[in-house]
Amino acid sequence: MSEPGQRLEVASDQDVVRVRQLVRTVAVAVKLSLVDQTKLVTAASELARNTLVYGGGGWAEVETVDNGRRKGIRIVFADEGPGIADLDLALTDGYTTGGGLGLGLSGARRLVDEFDIVTEAGQGTTITITKWCR
Amino acid sequence: MERVPVLKIGDILLVSIQIDMEDQVALQLQEDLADRIVATGCHGVIIDISALDIVDSFVGRTLATIASISRVLDAETVVVGMRPAVAITLVELGLSLPGIRTALNVELGMELLARHRAEEFTDLDELGDEDEADTPAAAAS
Repeated sequence: MSEPGQRLEVASDQDVVRVRQLVRTVAVAVKLSLVDQTKLVTAASELARNTLVYGGGGWAEVETVDNGRRKGIRIVFADEGPGIADLDLALTDGYTTGGGLGLGLSGARRLVDEFDIVTEAGQGTTITITKWCR
Repeated sequence: MERVPVLKIGDILLVSIQIDMEDQVALQLQEDLADRIVATGCHGVIIDISALDIVDSFVGRTLATIASISRVLDAETVVVGMRPAVAITLVELGLSLPGIRTALNVELGMELLARHRAEEFTDLDELGDEDEADTPAAAAS
């Protein structure tokens, strides 16, 4: 039984804060543990910032999911930016093209249960993450 | 844009982050602190993050940058009040905040700064007894 997702535009610093707040609200509602809430909100913050900084803006959609055994949260981040030419490299700790720490993408992947990325140079980037209740 | 207040208490600048900061607010805090350190000549900075329910790589990097800037301006930074879930998440994210001193709360942070300051004076005073620097810290605990 999944409820319809909520979609937020990601076009400014303020929108990144809004994404964090929405994810936190939904994470509390599906009763993720405190540590898992913290991990998911942190991952969402990293990916929303990537959508803004590297993707030139886009959107994030947050929905609850249920696989019959467990509830969880799924978040999709999408942009129509330049895409990622070398995905393996982009997922390497410490690699950055933006002057950051190079931990956003690789770190976010470690903080969630499922991490799926679809990207191609010139075709934008769509990242889907899922965190399940334990 | 919101702004994080910087309070001066004796020789210490105290910052308590109570809002979910936009990136620009974090960068503004970095500048404000550098200005206040120079304007006041304070030798210690305490940043209380007990109200923060997440620290992502941007905020983590900003804290590390603040600590580096402070050090160059002859002030020591202590980050206090990190929540356990935040610590767990930060380490898993891959950020171990090297170069940042931490304490569990503001009180312990102030003790740490006082001890650090006392040690610096001991180092300067070549005739001083090395053991003397430990005494006030031991009495405080």
